[in-house]
Amino acid sequence: MWTDILLLMRTEMMLILIIFLLLFWKLGGGGRVQIVQAVVNGGLVLALLLGFVLSDSGELFGHMFRTNDLLRLEKNMLVLAALLVSLLASQWVAAHRHAMEFYLLMISTLLGMCFMLSSANLLMFYLGLELASIPLAAMVNFDLQRKQSAEAAFKMIVSSAFASGILLFGISWLYGTTGTVDFDSLATALTGSPLQVLGVVAVLAGFGFKMSAVPFHLWTADVYEGAPVPVTAYLSVLSKSAILFVFVSVLYTVFGSMQQVWYIVICVLAIGSMLVGNLFAMRQQNMKRFLAFSSIAQVGFILVGVCGVNATSSAAVVFFLLVYLFSNLGAFAIVQHISQSTGKETIDDYRGLARANPALAWLLAIALFSLAGIPPTAGFFGKFFLLLAGAGKGTWFLIIVAALNMIVSLYYYLRVVKAMFMETQASRTGGLCGRYFHHGFVWRCLRVYFQPHASVEALLLILLFHAVWLSIKIILLKN
Amino acid sequence: MNYAQFAAFILLLPLLSFVVLGIWGRRYLSKLAPWFGTASMAAVCALSLYAAFRYFFVDGSVGGVFQPIIAMQVPWLEFGYKNLSIDLGLLLDPISVMMLVVISVVSLMVHLFSMGYMKGEDRVPTYYAFLSLFSFSMLGLVLSVNLFQIYIFWELVGASSFLLIGFFFTKPSAVAASKKAFIVTRFADLFFLIGILIMGIQAGSFDFGVLLQQLTNPASEASVAMASAGFLGLSALTWALVLIFIGGAGKSAMLPLHIWLPDAMEGPTPVSALIHAATMVVAGVYLVARLFPVFQLDALAMQVVTWVGASSALFAAVIACTQTDIKRVLAYSTMSQIGYMMFSLGVGGQGETAALGYTASMFHLFTHAFFKSLLFLGAGAVIHFVHSNDMRDMGGLRRLMPLTHISFLIGCLAIAGVPPFAGFFSKEEILLAAWQSNKLVYYLALFTAALTAFYMFRLYFMIFWQADKQYHHHSEGTLSMKLPLLLLALLSISAGFVPFSQFVSADGRATATHMHWQFSIAPVVLVILGIGLAAWLYRQQNDKPAKLAASLGSFYKGAYRKFYFDELYLFVTHRILFKMIGKPAAWADKQLVDGAVNASGDATLAAAQAIKGWQSGKVQQYLLVFLLAVLLLAAVLLFFWLV
Repeated sequence: MWTDILLLMRTEMMLILIIFLLLFWKLGGGGRVQIVQAVVNGGLVLALLLGFVLSDSGELFGHMFRTNDLLRLEKNMLVLAALLVSLLASQWVAAHRHAMEFYLLMISTLLGMCFMLSSANLLMFYLGLELASIPLAAMVNFDLQRKQSAEAAFKMIVSSAFASGILLFGISWLYGTTGTVDFDSLATALTGSPLQVLGVVAVLAGFGFKMSAVPFHLWTADVYEGAPVPVTAYLSVLSKSAILFVFVSVLYTVFGSMQQVWYIVICVLAIGSMLVGNLFAMRQQNMKRFLAFSSIAQVGFILVGVCGVNATSSAAVVFFLLVYLFSNLGAFAIVQHISQSTGKETIDDYRGLARANPALAWLLAIALFSLAGIPPTAGFFGKFFLLLAGAGKGTWFLIIVAALNMIVSLYYYLRVVKAMFMETQASRTGGLCGRYFHHGFVWRCLRVYFQPHASVEALLLILLFHAVWLSIKIILLKN
Repeated sequence: MNYAQFAAFILLLPLLSFVVLGIWGRRYLSKLAPWFGTASMAAVCALSLYAAFRYFFVDGSVGGVFQPIIAMQVPWLEFGYKNLSIDLGLLLDPISVMMLVVISVVSLMVHLFSMGYMKGEDRVPTYYAFLSLFSFSMLGLVLSVNLFQIYIFWELVGASSFLLIGFFFTKPSAVAASKKAFIVTRFADLFFLIGILIMGIQAGSFDFGVLLQQLTNPASEASVAMASAGFLGLSALTWALVLIFIGGAGKSAMLPLHIWLPDAMEGPTPVSALIHAATMVVAGVYLVARLFPVFQLDALAMQVVTWVGASSALFAAVIACTQTDIKRVLAYSTMSQIGYMMFSLGVGGQGETAALGYTASMFHLFTHAFFKSLLFLGAGAVIHFVHSNDMRDMGGLRRLMPLTHISFLIGCLAIAGVPPFAGFFSKEEILLAAWQSNKLVYYLALFTAALTAFYMFRLYFMIFWQADKQYHHHSEGTLSMKLPLLLLALLSISAGFVPFSQFVSADGRATATHMHWQFSIAPVVLVILGIGLAAWLYRQQNDKPAKLAASLGSFYKGAYRKFYFDELYLFVTHRILFKMIGKPAAWADKQLVDGAVNASGDATLAAAQAIKGWQSGKVQQYLLVFLLAVLLLAAVLLFFWLV
């Protein structure tokens, strides 16, 4: 029993270990922030390694917790993303009074996500979701001096509570009509009666809120803008990926019998998210807000893939999220780096970046190309597989809207690239990047671990992963 | 004997020279570039001569018949249709080997001459790089094993000649001329491509060997397919051949696609000697010769070739009599001589004298290359000396430029067809071929021969005789300029004595050359009359030419204005194509297509503006929207549920 728990929950156990370590360390007076960062990053690397070593599946606690290879892969992706966020945040955190609390909160939400992923029960899922959400609001508030940060946290906690209420409301309908909250039993017990339809819609709305799909997205822009950049990156990548992973599995397995109900809902959400996300992103001047709205549009594309309802769809969603993780975190890492070193955040500030700081500009351009889905970046294949999966169902209208939206999205992604490469401005963002490129690559990779401001290293990882996207794709599509 | 070993080098050396000079020439080889280009061309020349020796005397002939040798062949692009494939290879047969010699010798002379002529110009390495590219393309063209490969090199020749004609790109007229040459020949190449495609699709192969073998056998699948398919009452074969011929006519400046050639004289004069005398402009002739057995099958195509050639010959000769720009006279004379070659091929398809016309045409191509490049280079030396292209600025140069004078005179005698110079022999053969199959063409050719003598000697007398003009005295030219003149003059004298029909004939068999002395009387007398008339009119400065021009009235004026062909083209392109089609299309593109695109962009931005208000920042409003959305979705779904 205990060996089972240790084995199947090894990622979670590792995270709990980090949390306890930090907690007691803090109680004992705390340590130098660099050492804390080293410990946290080391713990995350260890969790990642543990996640990779063995392949196993099983369930625990009377069918509350389950795990399998796909879930393990998804957890690994989340842990990796958390590691990258931790790296890109390191400089900002180091200057913060409550560095330890930040990591505590972050690892807690990560733990929540892992439980959410592994849940085999609506209640377990709800617990994981809340664990993943409530510390996040505190993280959003982490720029203690900035009023917007507090406002964003407030908006997030209120909206989140509201959405959770709706979700619980839906769960209660489902429980009331079927008498069970277990995923497997629910899948067989759902008959599609009007009450259950109401329940499903409410649950989907809860999901939609978390993944910020239109029309449940309104909190997103304000929160993203108010939050510190690393937290925004965390929100837009980790929270979103985790909820989408769960969403796909719940949709396909638990609500599988009610496909004709949710299919329409998902289509509406997809089209709405793409349209509204794109239209808003076009107008944004602030890079963070721009990335926030673009991530709404990306969710729309993912939902197009979800609409396919076949084996390719779930593989395509996972692959896309992997690519999205690297591309979006890359973009955020640059934005954070520039914001940290110069305090500049608008697109106009990025004019002439290619001349002042070519390495940063190229990295951001690659990340944006990948987000826009321009070949030969990994993002192109991600979008391609999504559209392919979505086309499997034969809803051509959806695919056409998606293709048109890809064109629109090209406009605003390229707007940034154009500003960086084709417009000039005397603003210099400092030669921080140049310094890195004097060092040898291997040595630099070793220093990822100790480097306090590691945004560039994080980006090197992006590049690395763009280079190996093919192998990942092959593994994924095989599964 | 493996031909691939050195035949490949004939192509690779100029390509290498182009790459080296093109990339590093201006930075590292600014002084050495002429030597580098010339040395590589000299090596090519030596290889070509060796190839010719090997082919004609050692292993080309099997049982007295020259066999084509495929030096190498690799499949390049395979289609899944009828086993159609495009190969790249090297083909050696009598005409391609003969062309190798002509191209490499003339190109070497031009390289040498340019060393003196281009001295002091900017971008000399670039110039030599372009020359190498051109030589590469032209050599590749003649060595091609199939229609498609020839088309590839055909276009390369066009592109490199575009670069060379427009070499002085700061001169607007040179830019215009290069564009004109490129566009006109490209226009013709469009038909060529269609012809190639018809040929390939109907006959199932692009390969010359296969095409010739299949199509000359009336029972073969390809012949049946070619004959049975048709369009507008003509067979696919006729269409293919006529279209291919249009491509050839474009490159060879045949009527009515000749308009680019006189303008192309804006290029450096040695370039004109290379491109517009000996190599590119005869590509069309070469193409028809390459497919000669196929052309022979189709009387109509042959008639087209004949009449286009004959009318071009006469037409150009008439214009040449009135021009005052030295290079333009030579350009029109080139067009006229190529007309000779064309109709010689054309009449070769009719009657029993098939072989004679073919051999005569190739022979004339061979001799013409030498004396015409001699004339161009001589003109180059004169222009270099006088700093003007206009004959009216020249006069009395025979004392100042003795070597140029003598070599130019030899060139004039050769082109006029005075025995025993080279042009005499080849022109006699052409006339004989024409006499034996088509009397009308013969009389036209005869008249043109007299005109040729007249305008060439008009040129000669106006440059080298008449009164001295005032010149800034400097020497006649460097050794590198004199040497090619000398060598080409020697070739212009001697090339006619080559027993050409021993080597080149339509069926590969060596035939004896027949000279009919009594037949030569009429042309020679006419030629001497033409020379005499020119001497009478132009040896001294006088007002006889002006009076003559006045008495000819509007005919003279028409010829002087080149029979208004340029104006006609301008009218068609500007007034009809640009105005009636181009402008409405541009309007539709700008207003309708761009308008639609812009409108959709504007609409998107407007929509973005319109929905801006949704993002109010008020959290209570957000939650209201959230709730309403849930309710709406639920209501819609339930509605569907109940319905």
